[in-house]
Amino acid sequence: MGRYVLRRLLQLIPVFFGTTILIYWLVWSVPGDPFAGKCGERACPDSYVQFMTDKYHLDDPLPIQYFHYMANLLTGDFGQTFGGRDIGGIIAAAYPNTIKLAFVALTIEGVIGLTAGVLSGLRRNGFLDNLVLVSTLFLLAIPTFVTGFVLQFLLGVQWKIISPTVSGDAPISQLIVPGFVLGSISMAYVARLTRTSIAENSRADYVRTAVAKGLPRRRVVGVHLLRNSLIPVITFLGTDLGALMGGAIVTEGIFGINGIGREVYRAIVTKEGATVVGIVVVLVMVYLLMNLVVDLLYAALDPRIRYE
Amino acid sequence: MRGSKRASVVALTAAVALVVAGCGGGDDDSTGSDDKNATGAITIDGTQPEVGLVPANTTETGGGDIVDFLWTGLVTYPAGGGDPKNALAESIETTDSQNYTIKLKKGTKFHDGTEVKSKNFVDAWNFAAYSPNGVQNGSFFGDIEGFADVHTEDPDGDGAQKAPQPKADKMSGLAIVDDYTFTVKLTAPFSIFPTKLGYSAYYPMPDAFFTQGMEAFGKNPIGNGPVKFVSWTDNVEIKLTRFDDYTLDDKVKIKDVTVKLYQEDAAAYADLLAGNLDYMQQVPVSALAGDKWKTDLGDRALEVDIPVMQLIAFPIYDAKFKNADLRKAISLAINRQEIAEKIFFGTRKPATSWARPGVPGGEGFTCTVCEYKPDEAKQLLQQAGGFTGELVFYYNADASHKEWMEAVANSVKSTLGINARAEGVPTFAVFRQNINGRKMTGPYRAGWQEDYPSAENWVGPLYITGGSSNDGLFSNPEVDKLYKEGTAAPNEDAAYAKFAEAMKIVDQQVPSIPIVSVVQQSGTSAKVKGVKANNVGSIDLSTVSLA
Amino acid sequence: MSDPTSGSLVTTSPGEQPGLVAEAAPAPGAPPQQRDKPRGLLGDAWHDLRRKPIFWIAATFIVLFLLMAIVPQLFTSVDPEHDSNLSRSLVGPGSTGWFGYDLQGQDIYARTIYGARASIIVAVVATLGTVLFGSLVGVIAGFWGGWLDALLSRLADVFFGIPFVLGAIVILFTFNTSNSGRSTVRITTLVIIALVTLTWPVSMRIMRSSVLATKQADYIVAARALGASNTRIIFKHLIPNCLAPVLVYATILVGAFIGAEATLSFLGVGLQSPVISWGVIINESQNYIRVAPYWLLFPAAFLVTAVLSFVMLGEAVREALDPKLR
Repeated sequence: MGRYVLRRLLQLIPVFFGTTILIYWLVWSVPGDPFAGKCGERACPDSYVQFMTDKYHLDDPLPIQYFHYMANLLTGDFGQTFGGRDIGGIIAAAYPNTIKLAFVALTIEGVIGLTAGVLSGLRRNGFLDNLVLVSTLFLLAIPTFVTGFVLQFLLGVQWKIISPTVSGDAPISQLIVPGFVLGSISMAYVARLTRTSIAENSRADYVRTAVAKGLPRRRVVGVHLLRNSLIPVITFLGTDLGALMGGAIVTEGIFGINGIGREVYRAIVTKEGATVVGIVVVLVMVYLLMNLVVDLLYAALDPRIRYE
Repeated sequence: MRGSKRASVVALTAAVALVVAGCGGGDDDSTGSDDKNATGAITIDGTQPEVGLVPANTTETGGGDIVDFLWTGLVTYPAGGGDPKNALAESIETTDSQNYTIKLKKGTKFHDGTEVKSKNFVDAWNFAAYSPNGVQNGSFFGDIEGFADVHTEDPDGDGAQKAPQPKADKMSGLAIVDDYTFTVKLTAPFSIFPTKLGYSAYYPMPDAFFTQGMEAFGKNPIGNGPVKFVSWTDNVEIKLTRFDDYTLDDKVKIKDVTVKLYQEDAAAYADLLAGNLDYMQQVPVSALAGDKWKTDLGDRALEVDIPVMQLIAFPIYDAKFKNADLRKAISLAINRQEIAEKIFFGTRKPATSWARPGVPGGEGFTCTVCEYKPDEAKQLLQQAGGFTGELVFYYNADASHKEWMEAVANSVKSTLGINARAEGVPTFAVFRQNINGRKMTGPYRAGWQEDYPSAENWVGPLYITGGSSNDGLFSNPEVDKLYKEGTAAPNEDAAYAKFAEAMKIVDQQVPSIPIVSVVQQSGTSAKVKGVKANNVGSIDLSTVSLA
Repeated sequence: MSDPTSGSLVTTSPGEQPGLVAEAAPAPGAPPQQRDKPRGLLGDAWHDLRRKPIFWIAATFIVLFLLMAIVPQLFTSVDPEHDSNLSRSLVGPGSTGWFGYDLQGQDIYARTIYGARASIIVAVVATLGTVLFGSLVGVIAGFWGGWLDALLSRLADVFFGIPFVLGAIVILFTFNTSNSGRSTVRITTLVIIALVTLTWPVSMRIMRSSVLATKQADYIVAARALGASNTRIIFKHLIPNCLAPVLVYATILVGAFIGAEATLSFLGVGLQSPVISWGVIINESQNYIRVAPYWLLFPAAFLVTAVLSFVMLGEAVREALDPKLR
């Protein structure tokens, strides 16, 4: 087990470099002047462009720039934005909010998705099953911005039940509706996954055995069936956490949440390359680590799986 | 007669100051609401400033608005866009439009308690003009004698070769007479110069700026305006508070101002409706559509004329657009009235002039090609020999220009029967880069917000050879000559007459086409009253009191 | 899958869909699924499918949408290229314009019909690209194994780890810079490339694990013993036997990509006018939801129906193929 973890961790190293090179190359290679739009409807003075180019070493060849960047990154320095702001600081300020949002979304999708999935999985092809199928698939097919806009307008503006935007420190209570919006799509997956898993496992030998032993239905379902059926669901939720963090751009925008998605979108638009690379690196590493954790969790939950 | 006009303005302000002082004495009976104001706090919307809050290095509105709150310049521009008034300046005098003597009011202070003296201006201007400092607004000082010695450009313009080190670090045209007087000598007579002085690039900087350096100062700015800086949390909010030692007459009544930084205006609008925001500068398109904002806000809806026009400029360097008849035909083929009504829901005014309505000196800038004359347009197109190929109108897709640019293209397409369409360039940066590189292959969106309220600002930067925003490279010797005569005229009225003559030629040449002038739709909360917008549409803090 | 906008799309495309995918592609250690011969399996599946109403509903819609994409003229006589007329801007649904008119006074019904083409082309081509490329890499990695497998797997990890929406924005913003001559073809290709670049690792993983599981099967060992070449083994034996899970994934992916295209258009980085797609129309309508909800409603309904159809088809096929559910 220990060797397996170590090997997986070592595998992250080339991935880390691969990702940074890829993103760095994408952001910086294509000729484009990040200062062109800085001075409104007139060209910026040469002196300004020259000053900034020198300050951020944009004249150096790309590999050298990358080398400098990595050297700084490995000492924990994410560099600075063109506005002179510390990128590490920006990430540190925005990331907790995104993590909170992702957890709220995950909780909501977990609770609703699992309940719906278990109910429909136990009574396949019944009315409830079809209702869950249609409603989850429907939710999955509606664009998030529509869900977000409608909920914000109705709940926040029309009925004044929630605050329409989330304040700077993003308290959990304000994140419930954005979390629902963000999680609404994965909710459908969770429900579908649970349903399939329950349906498959309900024909498994161990369930038949349990029933044959004369165990009460509650116990069969609650202990034997659920425990085994939830393994793929839990692993899905694990990976989804990483995905939710990287995918909150629209939700964060609608509800004005000061999170990482909003930050990275702005950085891409304004060609703040260093910010883009910094944030993407963090997101990718978190995502890959989550995957590792999930794989290990898988082994811990399912005695049939052993890593070496 | 510039001198006398100035003098009367100063006299008037003095009188107002007295009246205000008088009021101060008799204020006791209304302490109730004053107390509420004295500790009151409001929240307004804004966007995250792109760079540190240094006036001469700030060109975008996010930071520009904050800088304008924190600083007071030599002159201020009154709401509504009329002639400027002296603020920090006691007087600005000249006899030849080339040598100016600027006297400061005594006893005004920076937020760190130091007094505002003439050296704060001279040093600030020299700093901004000195090219190794790389200040965004550096070129604003190009009128001043000795600018060429402190500001050098990259000789080949593409960064391959470094700009040479400037010969001097101070402009020879600036001289300090005493603590409250300094003189400015321009390279050539320029009668509009005093009007420019209210622009943020000309704000004074405290001594601390020069010791701290631009970067550190920008994070913790010290201004001389009615409110001072408290804190800045990135992407969340900027907090300001009343500066109690402020002595000029645009004092604020309330105590704290929080500028909440939004990325989506829809989010800000939702906050406005929910009462979490006390002022929103521009209501989003989603609320303007169908006049929803008026029903949402009722009497809390404000409409303010702002000095902005949306134009479409021609890349005259492209052979396709050399023919003035073709340009005219395109302009006459655009139904501005219908676009203003249908696309903007009547929130913009169809352009009738080459300058925004009401700009001082812009009376003679009538745009005769701004009408919709389909028959004349067709005839002119024929005269020009028709148009082959695709006529693409470009815009930057990261702001809401798509709708009206498409409507313009459709209008041209259906009127002239040529193959026209609009195309978005992903970001403003890329868009500007193409414009700066003279790579545009079709007419493109060009917005213009005046830097200072003067008709000159609608001529010089846009249509004069080498003008800072003459990106289409329009060049007409007659226009240049008239403009030069205008700027050298002994007074503003004479100057404006010359500019109007120049614009008559521009009107025939059609280097760009005015489409609409902009009206801003703002909203306030029920908590505040008396809120007015300033000349550029951001909130005039001195007018705010709590209801 | 479909949801465009949310980041969760991430979960969708690139990755996980474990429900759909993970099972289709057994994790190492889980028992391989196809013990039957492929024809038998597919035959069984078909037998199963024919009796499912959901399959027929989904298939009917898909045929309808394909028809719309190929010959839009069948459905409307309006040519959306020459159809703007500001005097009917934002006129609601009525007898002439069934779905109403948009801000530029264009017939929303006609645009929605014509929008099917770009949406479906992008989704289908991107799916083909993803599946072909991903499977190819997957077969190579799974069949040869060793350092090649390690290298390709790490490469896949790099692309897999990049959040989908984020990656797509970066790619499209970066390469979508020139302003002249940006044709319909170019922007469409770019969107397809972005989709493929960010999703191929999923089909690669599915294929790789199928190959790993199948490689040990008796008939492969037998073929090898008979002296069959690697190429022959791969094309004659391995691929036909590993195709099923990838096919299921592909069906669902078409739906996911229709949604993804809409997400990117919504964010302003995907297709854009003059191209008409459902995502483009939805993007155009977003500021006018309060005055003209129909402008959003109709194209969104088409989008949702199309996504649902593909997803349901995929689900139906998957259930039919899954021996455990039979």
